[in-house]
Amino acid sequence: MIPLSWYLIFAALLFCVGLFGVMARRNAVAVLMSIELMLNAVNVNLLAFWRYLYPDVQAQIFVVIVLAAAAAEAVIGLALIISVYRRRKTVFADDLTLLKG
Amino acid sequence: MSPFQIIFLIVAGLTLASAGMVVTARRMMHAALWLVLTLLGVAVLFATLEASFFTAVQVVVYIGAIAILIIFAVMLTRLNLQEDEPGVNRFAWLAGLVSLLIFAGLVAVLSLWTGFNTVRPTFAGEDIIALGKAMVSANGYAIPFEVASVLLIGALIGAIYVAGEPRKPASKPESK
Amino acid sequence: MDILVWFIPLPPLLAFFAIVLYSNPRKALSHSIAIGGALLSWLMGMIVFIAAITRPDLRAHPIGSVINWLPVANGWFQIGVRIDPLSAVVLFFVVWTVLGIFLYSVGYQNFGQPAGEHDHPGLPPEGAAIRVRKGLTHHVMSIEPLYSRFFALISLFAFAMLLLVVSDNLLTLYIGWEIMGFCSYALIGFWYGKKSARDAAIKAFLTTRVGDMFLFIGLIALYVQTGSLSYAGSLESSAALAKLAAPAGFLGLTWAGLIGILIFIGVVGKSAQFPLHVWLPDAMEGPTPVSAMIHAATMVSAGVYLAIRIFPLVTLGWQQGAPITAAMTVMAAIGTFTALFAASIAVTQNDIKRVLAYSTISQLGFMIAALGVGAYVAAVFHLMTHAFFKGLLFLGSGSVIHGMEHGAMHAQGDQPAEGHPTGEHVDPQDMFNMGGLKDRMPITFWTFLAGGMALSGLPLVTAGFWSKDEILAGAFNGNHLLIFIVLAISALLTAFYTMRQITLTFLGQPRTEAARHAQENTRTMTIPLIVLAVFAVAAGWVGIPRSFPGLGAISSNPLESFVGTMIPAWLEGHADVAGSSIPLLTSLLVSLLGLYVGYMVYRKVDAGAEDPLRRPLGAWYAWAQNRYGIDALYHTLFVRPAVWLSEVFTYQILDKKIIDGILEGIARGTLGLGSLMRRFIDVALVNRAGDLTGSGVRGLGGEMRKAQTGKVQQYMLLAVLLTVLVGAVLFFILVRA
Repeated sequence: MIPLSWYLIFAALLFCVGLFGVMARRNAVAVLMSIELMLNAVNVNLLAFWRYLYPDVQAQIFVVIVLAAAAAEAVIGLALIISVYRRRKTVFADDLTLLKG
Repeated sequence: MSPFQIIFLIVAGLTLASAGMVVTARRMMHAALWLVLTLLGVAVLFATLEASFFTAVQVVVYIGAIAILIIFAVMLTRLNLQEDEPGVNRFAWLAGLVSLLIFAGLVAVLSLWTGFNTVRPTFAGEDIIALGKAMVSANGYAIPFEVASVLLIGALIGAIYVAGEPRKPASKPESK
Repeated sequence: MDILVWFIPLPPLLAFFAIVLYSNPRKALSHSIAIGGALLSWLMGMIVFIAAITRPDLRAHPIGSVINWLPVANGWFQIGVRIDPLSAVVLFFVVWTVLGIFLYSVGYQNFGQPAGEHDHPGLPPEGAAIRVRKGLTHHVMSIEPLYSRFFALISLFAFAMLLLVVSDNLLTLYIGWEIMGFCSYALIGFWYGKKSARDAAIKAFLTTRVGDMFLFIGLIALYVQTGSLSYAGSLESSAALAKLAAPAGFLGLTWAGLIGILIFIGVVGKSAQFPLHVWLPDAMEGPTPVSAMIHAATMVSAGVYLAIRIFPLVTLGWQQGAPITAAMTVMAAIGTFTALFAASIAVTQNDIKRVLAYSTISQLGFMIAALGVGAYVAAVFHLMTHAFFKGLLFLGSGSVIHGMEHGAMHAQGDQPAEGHPTGEHVDPQDMFNMGGLKDRMPITFWTFLAGGMALSGLPLVTAGFWSKDEILAGAFNGNHLLIFIVLAISALLTAFYTMRQITLTFLGQPRTEAARHAQENTRTMTIPLIVLAVFAVAAGWVGIPRSFPGLGAISSNPLESFVGTMIPAWLEGHADVAGSSIPLLTSLLVSLLGLYVGYMVYRKVDAGAEDPLRRPLGAWYAWAQNRYGIDALYHTLFVRPAVWLSEVFTYQILDKKIIDGILEGIARGTLGLGSLMRRFIDVALVNRAGDLTGSGVRGLGGEMRKAQTGKVQQYMLLAVLLTVLVGAVLFFILVRA
């Protein structure tokens, strides 16, 4: 009853919202939140394909790994943000311009 | 339109709206909470996909751990005057445009794919035991499982090290 | 013997090079080399001459040989030497006179005298001072500073003349001719410090050049017509003569006539006939031996020699008794006119050498007139005798001048030590300053008298009588009465001015102190005079005609039979014709009359008096003394325009204004163009481009730097944007296409 396309379109939309957040949000924590959105969209995509085309344990393992990677990355990212906050007293991405050339 | 579809649409819409609020909320706390809602919506979608295991994992891991972690980070990095300013930077319009284009591109490319409109096939059901066995068997996916474990350990240690208190020059690091 | 002829011109040439390259500083060695050369040539010349006169039928078998010289077309252009009767006679008098003049020059140039303190190379020597006793000096003649150079140049001159005489073709004759032209330039201008000498040298060279140009054209025409320039090939071979008899299409002349006239113009120049006579009197600027050589023995004789050589050309088509050809008419007219013209000027001249110069012009006119009427042997005869007596007269006049200069120095007595000689400044060449020299300079007097009598044609005892008589006979017997009368009048004038000269110079009383103290000269000067005097008397006896009453019977007329073989075959029959006795009587009459009148008029001229002829002849006398204004005419007609052309037109206008102007204009233009290019192209464009490149790159870099904000989100935005674009492009290319 629900074609695959709905899920794919939904996942694409969620992904793009997350992409927007990554590029547009000022607060670094918000950027991380947006990254989580993108990863969730990926998971949705994966499970949609698992359900519709490949009902195999492989896809599930893939999702598990993505989940684990997302967790690890969120942890490290937040740790870094906190460390930077402690040194620079700022949490805005715009202020971190050491790479400026 | 069958009831299933309606439910799907409502849940999808809710999730997307929450996602939109995540990326546009001025106050970080609000954004974090919207994020929780979004994750919940995604969990419901997992349920519609008959991936019950992942629904549970989504709620427990994402909402229960990651979202909490983010809330902690928000609280730890709060600055007093930041809430009145817009949450997006100067090039938000360009980012929106680009995202829109990406979305359009993705949809365009996908719509050319023959399998785009596949109907949901019948399905034997989710086999959790097989998943469990696959995760730990040497013929299966034990190695990716272990590597993911190592990754988590590394993240753990790294996070503690990076986010720890600033060291005094003469003293040794305490944590391990 | 044939080979010996080649060597005759050689010794003087070697002497020239030896003196110029080696012995210039040493005067004695130089004159010894020169005289040695002349002596060798004389010796070889005499050997060849004796061989020539003893060879039977010299005409058909001349002594000489030929070599291949230039390869032309299918064969060779040959040159060679030839001694036939004509060149044997000319060789004879040339080697004798040359030797005499060389010897004479030693004394004339004051060898052995001290060098003068004020003497300058290029100016005549002024005299040296000898200290007599303390505070007083005595002036004597000083040696010529350029002594060796003189001998070198006269050696070269002798070489050229001998080359001309022995050659068997017109080309080597022309070569010798031109070398003589150069030598006469160098020798007339020997005292180059004097402007008058320099001008005279240029005048001589250029005037003869005019003649030489026509001569050269004539030679070219001859070569084109006959294919040869040797005497045998072009003037004597019947094939050549046949070609030359064809009409040339120019003024109705045959080729022979045209070429003859062209070559004759060269003779007119070289032998100083009217209108190209103007150089010869001025050529007296040179030292007297030069005058003797050039104007008596050699150079002017070369002109007449050439005229005699081309006798076959000018007489082609003429028979005895027929009207003379056009070329002959030209020769006769010019010769006769010149004889009278020059004799009339000679009557009015005061300078002893000028008289002789005009006399030479006049006598050459006689010879050419003789050729013009066809009297071949007479012309040759007179050429030979003239060389001897005119050479003698010139050397004698040199002796007189030398003696006068000597006397001028003696007359001053002792002078104070410093300063130039003071006392009377007399022109030692002016006859009106002389007089009574017969007692002071006896040898000079007697020899001069011999020469003068020969020139006047004193009957029987002088060579000049015989030769002049032949010419008058030739004119009369050919029925050219006008020519005969004019030549007779000229002979009269000749005798008159000769006696005038002798009377003024030697007879009467000395008119100046210089004359009173004149000295006889050294042996090196007097011995040549004596030798030439012998020839002046005796040389005529070889040509006594058989028709002469009395002596004619015992004369075999060897000259006639010797030289007469040279006459072209178609004129056979012109032998020792017994014509009427009118020419003989006429020549007797005019010579005796002229001598008598000359003596009578001039015997009582006192010091400071003017010429007794001046009053009676009035305006004509002044006109004649000014040479009839011909020189002034040439100056206005030719010299002034030429000078204007070179100085004003070519130098100032063409050279300075136009050519230099163009060059400077180009220079300025180039500089302007250069600075324009610098301003508008180099600085504005090229420099700016360079600068712009640098600052442009820098600016561009600065602009592009702005993309590196350091803000990671912006980097990502950029990356995603580009990904979209690239994806769209690839999509449209790969998927849709």
